Amino acid sequence: MEPVNPSSMQAIDCDIHPAVPSTRALLPYLDEYWREHILRRGLEADNLELSAFPVNADLNSRPDWRPARGIPGSDFDLLRSQVLEPFQSRFAICNVLHGAQAMFSEDLSAALCRAINRWVAAEWLDRDPRLRASIVVPPHSADLAAEEIDRCASDPRFVQVLMLELTELPLGRRQNWPIYAAAERHGLPVGIHAGSSFRHPPSGLGWPSFYLEDYVSFAPGFGAVLNSLVTEGVFVKFPKLKVVLIESGVTWLPAYLWRIDKTWRGVRAETPWVDRLPSEIIREHVRLTIQPFDEPPEQSQVQTLIEQIGSDEMLLFSTDYPHWHFDGIEAMPNGLPPDLIKKILIDNPLATYPRLS
Amino acid sequence: MSRHVVAAVGEIAPGTCKLVTVKGREIGVFNVNNEFFALINRCPHQGAPLCRGEILSRLVSKSPGQYELTHRGEMLRCPWHCWEFDIRTGQSWCEPDSVQARTYAVEIEPGSELAKGPFAAETVPVAIEQDYVVITV
Repeated sequence: MEPVNPSSMQAIDCDIHPAVPSTRALLPYLDEYWREHILRRGLEADNLELSAFPVNADLNSRPDWRPARGIPGSDFDLLRSQVLEPFQSRFAICNVLHGAQAMFSEDLSAALCRAINRWVAAEWLDRDPRLRASIVVPPHSADLAAEEIDRCASDPRFVQVLMLELTELPLGRRQNWPIYAAAERHGLPVGIHAGSSFRHPPSGLGWPSFYLEDYVSFAPGFGAVLNSLVTEGVFVKFPKLKVVLIESGVTWLPAYLWRIDKTWRGVRAETPWVDRLPSEIIREHVRLTIQPFDEPPEQSQVQTLIEQIGSDEMLLFSTDYPHWHFDGIEAMPNGLPPDLIKKILIDNPLATYPRLS
Repeated sequence: MSRHVVAAVGEIAPGTCKLVTVKGREIGVFNVNNEFFALINRCPHQGAPLCRGEILSRLVSKSPGQYELTHRGEMLRCPWHCWEFDIRTGQSWCEPDSVQARTYAVEIEPGSELAKGPFAAETVPVAIEQDYVVITV
């Protein structure tokens, strides 16, 4: 089978990563009080990058996408020439990854998230009509997060709420529900991006030694996220909510669904609100971006995996720019059935993000 | 199909089950609040002795954090994998459309009627003044 060229169909790219070039770049977008607070503490000299995505790690920028200087993803012209033009994207959703999304101080975190959202609107969305963005929110205060969602939602170019995957509080817990209530109220899916605050090990074991362990652990971590969202009853409480797993990998999903269904049959009485197969709930409410896919060795196995996932509505096209998962424009896994390709590139993103139009 | 007297009514207390063997089949006869039901003692999932499982209620919820008991004493939980079955219908709670335990028709007959026959009561002596549980197998 010929590799798919997404540019021929004007795909919708559901995960690109514009990066805040430095904390100084956020100063004009901070509220006056917080601008002075940051300058007094000298925080503007710290880029507050997320430890989960170290700038110099090879995986975090494709070699031909790494800028001569500065943080990968921080240059608008490069992003346009490296991803928007080659892929001829109809829309591309900006998911900013930043330390503000893990920061303990609720108020400083909220102030920085507010600044990031203003910055992304002014420096990115205003410069290219194809760009859309996710709302970055402070994770340790669901109330402040909901406030920020309400504030940003009046701008239709914000199409999603962004959260990190591995956090101190499992995402399904009721303390987080004001975030889901706000998202549902505004027709915004909640995007859950790979990554950890690293206040606990990224797997259920102790601390790993190597980046390889960290990064690979993010995929099974998404199983834990789904466990939490399903068993805590988030989709029962918020029946219109969609969740998008971003940079989660895809091919771990079928075995996970078999396991949760099987176990649920025996212990379902513990969570009586989960009153149908977890796999049904997940197929209805959860979507996954396509990069990385974690392809099996044979193309024919891709077809089998798609059958095992059991839905043609779950996968969304993404490049994960500038992270390095593929070369050239071969962002789509080989061996996908042709009618599914169009759904992944266009139909599924449109159905998932009601604000894309 | 034949009718079999399997117990005197007073012999199976509410909330309990008597295991009987009829035509080589093990069958559980349940008294659910003085209504009687019969299920094969074989779980349709993997063949466990279903009727030896616990008799429970049904736990339901309209919303996370809200808990409600219904169908008190009407659910049977398989001793192997804890799948739940409705004693009245044999239906699996998790897979009601595809998994069902075999049920048998149950009737309560006075001894005076049974004395007229025909019925099979190899193991239960019938007295005219008592009521009996009769299943059709």
